[in-house]
Amino acid sequence: MKEIINLPVKNVEEEEYHINMGPQHPSTHGVLRLVVSLQGEIVKNLKPHCGYIHRGIEKMCEKDTYPQIIHLTDRMDYLSAHINNHAVCLLVENALEVEVPERVKYIRTIIDELNRIASHQLWWCSFGMDLGGLTCYFYGLRDREKILDIFEESFGSRLLHSYYTPGGLMMDIHPNFQQRVKDFIKYFRKKIKDYDKILSGNIIMHERTRGVGVLSKEDAISYGVTGPSGRASGFSCDVRKHHPYGVYEKADFKEILGTAGDTLTRYNMRMLEMRESMKIIEQLIDNIPAGDYIAKMKAVLKLPAGEYYQRVEAARGELGVYVVSDGNKSPYRMKFRSPNFSNLSALDHMSRGCKIADLVAIGGSLDYVIPDIDR
Amino acid sequence: MDNAALKERILGLVPDAEYLENKQFLTFVIPPAKMHDLAIKLKFETDLAFDYLFCLSGVDMVKYLEVVYHLESTTLTHQLVLKVRTDDRENGSVDTVCDIWRTAELHEREAYDLLGIRFNNHPDLRRFFLEEGWIGHPLRKDYVDEVNIVEL
Repeated sequence: MKEIINLPVKNVEEEEYHINMGPQHPSTHGVLRLVVSLQGEIVKNLKPHCGYIHRGIEKMCEKDTYPQIIHLTDRMDYLSAHINNHAVCLLVENALEVEVPERVKYIRTIIDELNRIASHQLWWCSFGMDLGGLTCYFYGLRDREKILDIFEESFGSRLLHSYYTPGGLMMDIHPNFQQRVKDFIKYFRKKIKDYDKILSGNIIMHERTRGVGVLSKEDAISYGVTGPSGRASGFSCDVRKHHPYGVYEKADFKEILGTAGDTLTRYNMRMLEMRESMKIIEQLIDNIPAGDYIAKMKAVLKLPAGEYYQRVEAARGELGVYVVSDGNKSPYRMKFRSPNFSNLSALDHMSRGCKIADLVAIGGSLDYVIPDIDR
Repeated sequence: MDNAALKERILGLVPDAEYLENKQFLTFVIPPAKMHDLAIKLKFETDLAFDYLFCLSGVDMVKYLEVVYHLESTTLTHQLVLKVRTDDRENGSVDTVCDIWRTAELHEREAYDLLGIRFNNHPDLRRFFLEEGWIGHPLRKDYVDEVNIVEL
């Protein structure tokens, strides 16, 4: 008894200790484990531990044909599945020098933007929930459901569509597609104002996010942080503007850029981007030209030997696909430069000196999808 | 800078760089010992200003291992691809570039994990996806795993 009393009392404020956040923490939105070194409640540094759902997609690609690979890319960033498909399709089409019909380009661009809105809606749900605003979750999911219903009617699935195929689309759009998309835009233009009322102007949200997790422009470029998170720091990285694909050149839209690079700016970027996406869809939806929905393709696709790289703007940033081909029907090596993987590398830098509660807000604003990191 | 001027510039910096034909990007093979010095010049000289490393991949070419750097300048918008080949497949190593482009830190850990490419001076070169003690590097062409990889 005496010994216990005489134990020296440690000052917990000075002692550095480690906690595990994850792999099953709700704020990591999947199985990501962060080992956080803390002093008191201040984050000293953190180390991400990944691989809990590493499926070896790159290794599987080496055995699959290009049309089969499309189905694997759905499973990386499942919230922007169409855009992932688009990257592989564009790569194969450019390598084989196939000109896809104009109709396909229009439909792909519209669906990519719908997918981006759906993804940002789910981000908005979970970001609100991370900060304690549970109402957001129900509002966001209610509206995302409308987009998923349109997808379901047109191509039969809600999450993992595999709708694009090298050369065009698996099937033509449903006759109701255009009308339903127009109805949705009309509906969502009203509802996004509610989003602003609930969360964007909320003083509690502002207090928790302003000046938290600041990333400078130089660091954003050096860490390769792209997408809305990179643009919040002023890094002009929109692939749709810099290396256009689809019919983005014909649409009039702005690249949203911020300056502060904090969590609040990253929030605002996505809210503004949803509006820009709606603008793009409105310009294109009435102008879909008639024609084929797929170009004439060979039965077996063999890329000429060489190297190919294709970049697209996924919902979370720049997705790159690098293929080394030896002339066979499956790639020799396929590498995905996934946006979340690079965005995660900046998390340690951004969260140093923040409180542990802020880490949840920073993680929410980066909007990571773990299967995209692990692949 | 256009590709012809950039080609002259790179060959001026590293005379023994090997130029490769590629439709999409200007591509060079750089000797491993010269990569780190070249990387510093590429990033900090004002007429080059390659500040954005948008992809770093490892490739197993069976005779040697290859690291591919995709670079872009956000201010001058030119692009460049560099390749570094290890001379020895088992013990070959490449200098890290994560002190120049911070994004390389995780990309290099991934290349080490899946392909077994060693990066000198890397601050934290551990496996990234697979657990410590995993035998072999799965993305190598001669990797055999009868349990987890089902041959069709």
